[in-house]
Amino acid sequence: MHLHKYEKVWLVFGLASLVLFLLIIGFAAFWKGTHPQSHIETIDPQNVEANEAFQPDHLGLTEVADGKYVVNIVASAFNYDFGKEEDGTATKTIRVPKGSTVLFQVTSKDVVHGFQVAGTNVNMMVEPGHISRFESVMKNGGEFTVVCNEYCGIGHHLMFGTVEVY
Amino acid sequence: MELFNFTKKESRLYMAFMYVTFISLLVGGLMGLLQTLVRSGKYTLPFNIDYYTILTTHGVILGLVLTTFFIVGFQFSLMGKTVGISDKQLKWGWISFWVMLVGTVLSAWMILTGEASVLYTFYTPLRAHPIFYIGLTLVIVGSWIAAFTNFRQLYVWKKAHKGEKSPLLAFMVVINMIMWFVATLGVAYSVIVLILPWSLGYVATVNVLLTRTLFWYFGHPLVYFWLLPAYMAWYAIIPKIIGGKLFSDSLARLAFILLLMFSIPVGFHHQLTEPGIDPTWKFIQVVLTFMVVIPSLMTAFSLFATFEITGRRKGYKSLFGWFKKLPWKDVRFLAPFVGMAAFIPGGAGGIINASHQVNSLVHNTIWITGHFHLTVATTVILTFFGIAYWLIPHLTGRRLTPRLNKLGIIQTFIWTIGMTIMSTSMHIQGLIGGPRRSAFSEYAGGDQVSTWISYQMWQAVGGTILFIGILLMFYIFIQLAFFAPRGYEEYPIAEEELDAEKTPKILENWYLWIGITVALILFAYTIPMIDIIKHSPPGSIPFDWPIGRS
Repeated sequence: MHLHKYEKVWLVFGLASLVLFLLIIGFAAFWKGTHPQSHIETIDPQNVEANEAFQPDHLGLTEVADGKYVVNIVASAFNYDFGKEEDGTATKTIRVPKGSTVLFQVTSKDVVHGFQVAGTNVNMMVEPGHISRFESVMKNGGEFTVVCNEYCGIGHHLMFGTVEVY
Repeated sequence: MELFNFTKKESRLYMAFMYVTFISLLVGGLMGLLQTLVRSGKYTLPFNIDYYTILTTHGVILGLVLTTFFIVGFQFSLMGKTVGISDKQLKWGWISFWVMLVGTVLSAWMILTGEASVLYTFYTPLRAHPIFYIGLTLVIVGSWIAAFTNFRQLYVWKKAHKGEKSPLLAFMVVINMIMWFVATLGVAYSVIVLILPWSLGYVATVNVLLTRTLFWYFGHPLVYFWLLPAYMAWYAIIPKIIGGKLFSDSLARLAFILLLMFSIPVGFHHQLTEPGIDPTWKFIQVVLTFMVVIPSLMTAFSLFATFEITGRRKGYKSLFGWFKKLPWKDVRFLAPFVGMAAFIPGGAGGIINASHQVNSLVHNTIWITGHFHLTVATTVILTFFGIAYWLIPHLTGRRLTPRLNKLGIIQTFIWTIGMTIMSTSMHIQGLIGGPRRSAFSEYAGGDQVSTWISYQMWQAVGGTILFIGILLMFYIFIQLAFFAPRGYEEYPIAEEELDAEKTPKILENWYLWIGITVALILFAYTIPMIDIIKHSPPGSIPFDWPIGRS
């Protein structure tokens, strides 16, 4: 098949850029370990309490080491359960100091939800039967809105929380 | 090149698909307008209509109904023009039309009564009314009937023309329909075997991840199913409109073959942030996704090569002099050209979305909505409009008058302005975290959310301009179908250069190309599918109440 000379140049240039691009994201993924979240860890959506992390007492923020935190969250239509405050009311805000490492662990009791800490790259699908995990270093201070970004029903836009980095 | 003239009976079939297309445009567009108004925060829907009902209608009507009807109708006309259609095939064409239409009506009935507010992705375990799924199945089955009728048309032609190469456009139609058939097998299996029995209550639970994976196995080729008819027009019709010849028959065929191969084994890039799929396999599908860049680059090159060759042949010598002399005042050229231009930022955005890690910044934000309003709602739709300007009058025996041509140019400008405003503000809002698929909400309040709302106002401005564009397009359609003066409008199909190189025979080796396509699909999906089934969690029971069903 005949290809024009300029077309060959164009294709070689395009393909070389493509290879370079793929090498960069491959390097980031396999050498730097920055894969998107994938843990293939399952859970019974009708009995999430069977998993220790998602028992009512273990929900919300826990400091596991100096500057290291775990946040356990159960998503359901149309709420994120961040656990309870000392006075028994539902927690709506997670507060962590700037520079801390936070591991978000989320699962769903009912339908598919999203979990995005807007303005950061913490962004996961939350599916019934699976545990979603993503660890992030909170480098920037401020208030970040947690939004459900996958349609979960007619109250989808009322499902949110807040992460405050101070 | 031998071209067939349409009989009245034939034209009626192709027009039937066009009527559904343009009614869909009006209905779906109205829903789009209402959405942008609701999201601006300044407007509440009347009669207790739910935002997500109109969102579902917008997605299903424009994403599945309008596109499929236009494409099947347009492709039937391409086959009819290049290889002909027999009475029996015509009858099957009508059967496909009616099956698709009945399916559409069933689904629409369920959506409009609030029994199926599940959006066009219908993710389990949200459960719509079973009739919604039956309707979708019929739309797909109807399109299969069309696909097999197209295959039969080419087969009959080949038998009568032993040893000749098939007409380019018929070849392209067959490629698109093979891809469509292979891709829809996934969603058909998901709906018929997994979802339908579960929604009827015969099966207690469903594997959520499996249905999602099968959906996206179909969901990405779906966007190429939209794009390929636009490519057909760019490769083989636009050159004729600008007074040129086909750039290269074999290059066009090779690009289509590559698109067939690399359109399907790529669905995981829609699922990059899912918890249940191995990251290595996600990465492999990301690499396969990027292979689509190759035929896209080939297409870009050959389009501009055609433009330049044609311009220089008309005597314009300076480096870009030929560019000025393109027929800018001919809407049959202008509208698709704007579409091509929009595909440059659209394609670049696609590369970002499909990137292994960068995706997490934009996944499910309204950036994605901005992206497909550039690619589908601008590139593809403007090309479809560009086709409609000559196809409709050709079918109805009328003419695209200078006045209608001018209105078409105004329509193209309105569309471009509206989409630029809407899509740009969606892209920016997405980058700063605004979610897609959500009604107006102030969430937790605060500074971050307040920055989103101003962009939602701009989306309403863009949406309103676009709706004016839709009204104008509908008016032009009605004129071309019923009121334009009688006459003859050309069906423009470009010819090869007289000294064109011979197209290699191997490009028509269907066994080879379908074989490689299947092999790539098996490579990309077999092990992850085994994984998904082996590591499947307890299934999910159905949920009706979250979508407002009692």
